[in-house]
Amino acid sequence: MNRSEGTPAIKVVGLHKDFGDYPVLRGLNLTVEWGRLLVIFGANGSGKTTLLKLLATQYRPDRGEIWVGGIRRSQDPVAIRRIIGVVAHQPMLYQDMTCQENLTFFGRMHGLDDIPRRIDDVLHKVGLEVRRHQRVRTLSHGMQKRLAIGRAILHDPPILLMDEPESGLDQEALASMGDLLRMEAGSNRTAVMTTHNVDRGLAWGQEVAVLSDGVIAYKADRDSLDEGRFRGTYLKQIEVAP
Amino acid sequence: MGSVQTDQVTMTSSTASRSYLGSAKSVLLLAAGAFMLANMYLIFMWAPTEAVMGHVQRIMYIHVPMAWLAFLAFFIVFVGSIMYLWKRESRWDMLASSAAELGVVFTSLVLITGPIWGKPIWGIWWTWDARLTTTLVLWLIYVSYLMLRAYSSNRSQGALYSAVLGVIGFVDVPIVYFAVNWWRTQHQRLVIGTGSLEGSLNADMRTTLYFSLLAFTILFSFLLWQKISMKRTEEDLRSIRYSKELTRGARIER
Amino acid sequence: MKEFLRPVFLVTWKDILLELRSREVVIASMVFAVMVVVIFNFALNVTPETVDILAPGILWVAFAFAGVLAMSRAFVIEKDQGSLEGLLLCPVSRDSLYFGKMLALFLFMTVVEAVLLPIFAVLFDFSAFSFTLIGVILLATLGFATVGTLFSSIAVNTRSREIMLPVLFFPVITPVIIGAVETSTGAIGSSVNVIGVGRWLQLIAVFDAVFLVLCPWAFGLVMEE
Repeated sequence: MNRSEGTPAIKVVGLHKDFGDYPVLRGLNLTVEWGRLLVIFGANGSGKTTLLKLLATQYRPDRGEIWVGGIRRSQDPVAIRRIIGVVAHQPMLYQDMTCQENLTFFGRMHGLDDIPRRIDDVLHKVGLEVRRHQRVRTLSHGMQKRLAIGRAILHDPPILLMDEPESGLDQEALASMGDLLRMEAGSNRTAVMTTHNVDRGLAWGQEVAVLSDGVIAYKADRDSLDEGRFRGTYLKQIEVAP
Repeated sequence: MGSVQTDQVTMTSSTASRSYLGSAKSVLLLAAGAFMLANMYLIFMWAPTEAVMGHVQRIMYIHVPMAWLAFLAFFIVFVGSIMYLWKRESRWDMLASSAAELGVVFTSLVLITGPIWGKPIWGIWWTWDARLTTTLVLWLIYVSYLMLRAYSSNRSQGALYSAVLGVIGFVDVPIVYFAVNWWRTQHQRLVIGTGSLEGSLNADMRTTLYFSLLAFTILFSFLLWQKISMKRTEEDLRSIRYSKELTRGARIER
Repeated sequence: MKEFLRPVFLVTWKDILLELRSREVVIASMVFAVMVVVIFNFALNVTPETVDILAPGILWVAFAFAGVLAMSRAFVIEKDQGSLEGLLLCPVSRDSLYFGKMLALFLFMTVVEAVLLPIFAVLFDFSAFSFTLIGVILLATLGFATVGTLFSSIAVNTRSREIMLPVLFFPVITPVIIGAVETSTGAIGSSVNVIGVGRWLQLIAVFDAVFLVLCPWAFGLVMEE
C-alpha cells in the first residue's frame, strides 16, 4: 500500500472546489501521516464535508491534486475507493435489508473473500451480533450509525474517513464510539474525522486541524497543541460566520 | 503579497481587453441595427408580392432565418456542452447556456410565425408535418434543458447536468427527425406543397431571403455575445461580493 | 469482463431483493398502467371499429407512464437512504453501477408489461402473442430503461424531482414511442404499414445502440459531480 515508500497516507495540494456560487475550498493543503487520527474542526459550511467527499472521490476537484495512500485521485479513483472506509452523515444502508445482507452486499461489491468471517468480526466490534438478521429499518438511529461504521471497516481499509461520526448519538453510544475509535486508531489505521465539538475532538484526535475560509488555518499535534491559538482560530471563525 | 499584485495585474489587463471587446460589441450592435432596418425595407417594400399566397408569404423572410438560427444555436449548445464536459471551464457553460436561451426564443418564434403563415395558406393553424413536429420536440428538449438548470441545487451541478443534456438532446435530434418523417409518410392526411421552397422563389425573393439570413445572423451574434457578457458580469459580481466578505472576515481575525 | 459484470449483477440482484421486500415499483406501476387504460377507454370511447387504431397508442401511453413511475423510484430509493453514496464508494466503475441499475429497471418494466399485455389483449380483443409485438416491446423497453436510468439519476438530485424526470424523459424518447406505436399497429391491427415493421425496429435498435453508449458515459460524469 505504498506505506513502505514513505508517502503520507493523505496528501492534498492546492485543492480548490466551488459549487458555482462561491468557493468552498480555496487552495487547501493537507498531509496526514500513516497511523494518525486527525480531527478536523470547522463551523457549519466551512467545507468539512466537501473536503471528506473530495478525499473519498465523491466530488471532483476544480483544481489541485489529491493522493490517498500514494494513489493519485485523477489517475485511479477506483483504487482509492478500495483502501478507504467512509462514515458519512447518512448511514448509507438499505433499510429493507438485514444487517447481514447489507454487509454481504457491500462486501461482495468490494470483491472481498471470507465475507462471513469478516461480518462476524465486524458485528462483534460494533456490538450488533444479536441484530444480525434484523432489517436496518427496525434499528435505532444509534445502532444504524454503528452498523454504518461496521460497513466502513468491513474491507479492513487502511484509511478511514468519518464525517461527524458522533452526531445524533446518545451518551452511551458516544462512549462506545470513543472506545471503537481508539481501538481502530490503535490498530494502526489512519483516520480523518470532522466534528464541531471541541472537547470531544480534542479527546479523540492525535492531531487537530481547523478548516476556515477554505484552507487549513491551523494544524498541530494534540500533544504540542497551542490551545489558545487553536481556540482562537476556531472560535473566532464561529463568531464571524454569518 | 506577490500573488495579490499578480491578481491585480491580470485584473487590469482583463478589464482593458474587455473594454476593447465592449467597443467591438457596440460596433456589432450598430451593424445588427442597420442590417435589420435594411432587412425590414427589403422584406416589406422591396421584395415582390408572391402571386399565390399574397403578402402573408413575407413572413417567410423571418420564419426561415429564425429556424436556421435555432438550429445553429442548438449546435452551439452541443459544442459548448462537449467543451464544458472536457475542460470544465465556466466560459463554455456560459456559451452553451446563452445559446440554449436564444435557441428556445428563436424556436418559439418559429413555432409562432409558422402557424401565422400557415393559417391563410393551408386553412389550419397547425399540422403535424415532419418539420413542425420535429421543431416542437426540439423546443421541448431545450425547454427541459433550461428547466434543469433552474431546478438544479447549485450552479456547477446545473452546468454539468445541462451539458449532459446538451449532448444527449442534440444527438437525439436526427433520430427524432427520422421517426417523425416516417410517421408522416405513414399517415398522409393532407398534402402540402412541399416542393423545394427555393425553387418557387424568384431572384428578388431569394436575394431578400439571403439578406435576411445575414441580418438575423448578425443580430443573433450580437445577442449571444451580449448574453455571455451578462453572465460573465454576474460571475464577476459574485466573486467580488465573496472576496469582500473574505476581507471583512480576515480583518476581524487580525 | 467478469470483473465488470460481477458488480453489475450484484446491483441488479440487490434491487430485485429490495423490490421483493418492498414491492414499491412493480405493483404500483401495474396499477397505474391499468388506470391509464381505463381512463383512455372513457376518453376515446374505444369501439370494435376503432380498436385497431387506438389500442396500440393506449398500450404505449400506459407502458411509458408506468415506466416513468418505475424509473423515478430507481434512484429515489437510493437517495432517500443515502445508499447511493455507499454504492458510489464501492471500488467499481460507474459503468457497472449504471448497467446494474439499468438492468434492474429493465426487468421491472418487462415484468409489468408481461402482466399488462394479456390484460390489454383481453380488454381490447387482440392477439398478444405475436413475435413482432414481443420484439418491439423488448427493444422499446430497453430504450426506456437506458435513457430512464440516466435521467432518473439526474432528476433525483434536482429540486422537484417528480416533475423533472418526465420533462426530461418524454421529449428525448419520442422516436422510440413513435416507432413502438407504429410497429404495434402493424402487429395488432390489419392496417398496412407503409414504412415496414423491419425499418421501425431498426430505428429503435439504432436509438438503443446510440444511447447504450452515451448514457453510461454521461452517468459517469453526473455521478462524479
